[in-house]
Amino acid sequence: MADSKSGSDSKVGTVRVKRGLADMLRGGVIMDVVTPVEAKIAEDAGAVAVMALERVPADIRRDGGVARMSDPAMVEGIQEAVTIPVMAKARIGHFAEAQILESLGVDYVDESEVLTPADEAHHIDKWAFTVPFVCGATNLGEALRRISEGACMIRSKGEAGTGNIVEAVRHLRSILGDIRKITQADQAELFDWAKQLQAPLGLVQEVAETGCLPVPMFCAGGIATPADASLVMQLGAEAVFVGSGIFKSEDPAPRAKAIVEATTHFRDPAMVAKVSRGLGDAMPGLEIGELETKLAERGW
Amino acid sequence: MLALQGASREHTTAFEKLGANVRQVRQPQDLPDLDAIVIPGGESTTISMLLESSNTFDPLAELLANGLPALGTCAGMILLAKEVLDGRPDQRCFGQIDIAVRRNAFGRQVASFETDLDIENLDDPFPGVFIRAPGALALEPSVEVLASVKFDSGEETPVFCRQENVLVTSFHPELTDDLRLHQFFLEHL
Repeated sequence: MADSKSGSDSKVGTVRVKRGLADMLRGGVIMDVVTPVEAKIAEDAGAVAVMALERVPADIRRDGGVARMSDPAMVEGIQEAVTIPVMAKARIGHFAEAQILESLGVDYVDESEVLTPADEAHHIDKWAFTVPFVCGATNLGEALRRISEGACMIRSKGEAGTGNIVEAVRHLRSILGDIRKITQADQAELFDWAKQLQAPLGLVQEVAETGCLPVPMFCAGGIATPADASLVMQLGAEAVFVGSGIFKSEDPAPRAKAIVEATTHFRDPAMVAKVSRGLGDAMPGLEIGELETKLAERGW
Repeated sequence: MLALQGASREHTTAFEKLGANVRQVRQPQDLPDLDAIVIPGGESTTISMLLESSNTFDPLAELLANGLPALGTCAGMILLAKEVLDGRPDQRCFGQIDIAVRRNAFGRQVASFETDLDIENLDDPFPGVFIRAPGALALEPSVEVLASVKFDSGEETPVFCRQENVLVTSFHPELTDDLRLHQFFLEHL
């Protein structure tokens, strides 16, 4: 029998295994959960992963104050409740929170604008970690800056906790539209693109060559219905995060399952129609123009 | 290519480079006239649920029982196995290879690793990419173990197995540029 050793010649935390987990989540739904019971409901509904946090964005928005990393005991409770990957959020720039989450063995850290930023100039050096990171972005330059800092998955920020898809659509269209333009640019124009985007030239050239980000690109912030999931997947998202949209709705379990189905069969309107029937009320939505705080403006 | 959820794109690219025609399978009407099925990596609980809800599980199970060749990586290995040691009670598997599988046998994501694998009948080592990977336990002598990984405890876990025309890997050949395992599968259909 052939034999390999997992000791000396094996490497953890490589770019390939970090980005690879994001690849495995493609076509799936990652759900925000605040208790082990909700985590079970999410897993039962077919979530590919859960995001463990103390308050969903809608509540953070309502309560105000400083939003921080969750209590480790709460994260561990959720890790014990499910077998699917568990993610958790650290504040922008708060590498100590990220270190704590890594020591708990969370599967992905979200350096998230939903929490109150801890550093006004610096994001976390994500290359320094074994655990992979996902970061939000509103445009291509922001996405490439996060990737240059070591992010292994990008999610469009949208406007979390609003149940309003309009910002997520704006961010997706901005990122993917600029990618399409870059693929048409010549070498001299790429220098200018790098300057305009404030992004490393090497990454800009790579995107021009491949026509996509070097890491998977998911969508977050405002998804509340199966139709929302279908919309963002058709626009080019590779998977969706649903925050407040499930557990702030009238009947979370069937809505969770319906959003999973719609994310898989996003090109099949008859399927999306079928799963959209009789789900009860979606979460109450918020008009973007009336918000006091725009979470998407956090980070740069 | 089962394309309900997970990393089907990389497998598709690999097989297309080798000249194969690849069709995405999401519903029962996608199944007729397949020469082989690939079940990619992803979340096995999710894929299992989507197989049921799309009414694809039973017709695919029938094709597999009638000898449809299959390649399963990671979640695909779990779905093709006879037994899942720590799965969800409602998780259904096709039972096409006589192995028992332990999900996340190597631990959480921070323990995910890359290592060079010595594979039976391959001259050079193969780049093994293990992501929250399952480990196998052969239940019947007719299961060929083509590669294993040794834990720090000294215990060995099969990570590449074959039984007749069913091939399963714990690792992800589709995340590398090495096409030898895809080639091997095509040659042994």
